[in-house]
Amino acid sequence: MNTPNESNQPSDTGSPADSAGTGRPSAAEALGGGAPGKSRAEGRELIKFQDVTKRFGENTVLDDLCFSVDTGKHVTLIGPSGSGKTTILRLLMTLIKPDEGTITVDGEYLTHEEKNGKLVPAGDAHNRAVRKKIGMVFQQFNLFPNMKVLRNVTEAPVHVLGMDKDEAAERARGLIELVGLTEHLDKYPTQLSGGQQQRVAIARALAMRPQVLLLDEVTSALDPELVAGVLDVLRDIAHSTDITMVCVTHEMSFARDISDRVLMFDQGKIIESGSPDKIFNDPDNDRTREFLSSVH
Amino acid sequence: MNSKWNWDAVWDFMPFFWDGLILTLQALAWGTVLAFSLGLVWAIALRGPRWIAWPVIGVTEFIRNTPLLIQLFFLFYVVPEWGPTLSALVAGSIGLGLHYSTYTMEVYRAGIDGVPVGQWEAARALSMSTPHTWKAVILPQAFRRTVPALGNYVIAMLKETPLISTIGLVEMLGAARAYGVQTFNFMEPITVVGVAFIVIAYPASLLIRVLERRLATY
Repeated sequence: MNTPNESNQPSDTGSPADSAGTGRPSAAEALGGGAPGKSRAEGRELIKFQDVTKRFGENTVLDDLCFSVDTGKHVTLIGPSGSGKTTILRLLMTLIKPDEGTITVDGEYLTHEEKNGKLVPAGDAHNRAVRKKIGMVFQQFNLFPNMKVLRNVTEAPVHVLGMDKDEAAERARGLIELVGLTEHLDKYPTQLSGGQQQRVAIARALAMRPQVLLLDEVTSALDPELVAGVLDVLRDIAHSTDITMVCVTHEMSFARDISDRVLMFDQGKIIESGSPDKIFNDPDNDRTREFLSSVH
Repeated sequence: MNSKWNWDAVWDFMPFFWDGLILTLQALAWGTVLAFSLGLVWAIALRGPRWIAWPVIGVTEFIRNTPLLIQLFFLFYVVPEWGPTLSALVAGSIGLGLHYSTYTMEVYRAGIDGVPVGQWEAARALSMSTPHTWKAVILPQAFRRTVPALGNYVIAMLKETPLISTIGLVEMLGAARAYGVQTFNFMEPITVVGVAFIVIAYPASLLIRVLERRLATY
């Protein structure tokens, strides 16, 4: 069994997506200045879980978990339901707090802060500041139904990043074009299909120029025919930018396609980790083999 | 006492009626402003930490479970003993607004609880501050659900305004009673006031339905 450590993995950045033929901007173009471009040095430890334990009542969901994700890497978390995958994303989003252990993002503690050399639970302002580096796309999209598509994408950049309204709108248009929804700018989310809503949600997350994008089973709530459109957009982002991605998915072909590394979870622990080739073709752990045969 | 309908009494009563109507509408307007704004404050406070939420629950339960009439008497007769003397209109409006804020609170609470938890999470994922999340995300969605019930409470408040006559405000029914006592014509003024309540309340309920439809834009 491999140790759950990201840092020694070979870089697999893939080839840039071919968006020229579609007339759409590439993800790198749409993200514009300030977004993580391909030039950024990779290999720096961006996310680090150190001895993290999370319990819900008697149930230990994450058990003394240690792992890290380097800048620009795409890590996919797989495993049976209830194995703790989504809990990791929710911890990173500070929607829940760890019972033990620490999490750092870009060297800064999440849900903790250092005061007089001691680690104390962080206040909301600290969490908000660290969280700005992280974007999340949810299984149920969670678009704001009271706002039209454009405002869904501009609301946070204007009010959280303090971006000029016109600039935010221009960037939002670029991102909405990236996800192929330019003609739907003036619609409310309920007027869109699930796949379209999820693509808006991706644009909304990217508008915050996150260093890390968390994807929580983003195609699980979609009709099968809408899945491909969403995954294409994510492939484009994965291949043409160096946004770090942490992805929980049941789409194994997508995981194989975009991941640098796959972590197999079971009962709150990483039981195996490795390259997609290794995990999907020749897993060491019986439990991994069993799981993969059940989802294929 | 006359038992036949007397149109002269109706016209004779009209100047008093108009004065009473204005006072009724004033008390209703101020009461509504107070009930709507204070109810929202209560509802948001309920989502706060326990040391805020629990006192709010205590105070609102107390207000809701004591009669409005006692609250009006308290504001008008007791408060001046250790605080400012309130006019009947001010005491009446505060009493009405305070009492009904405990009902509008429940309406807001239901509206706020009806906003899916994913909306809070999405706002959090976008690093929005809590006040901005309330303002831009939660309340606009909650309000849409609350309009019909809030509108119904305005109509309920309207029908409670005659209670304020007990502390000396000569609103519509107070005017009718005073007129009746002076002229021994009760049937006409009380009928006029009864009709006036319907004339105000029914279009108001129609207006609420229109507003409800207008708000259903998404």
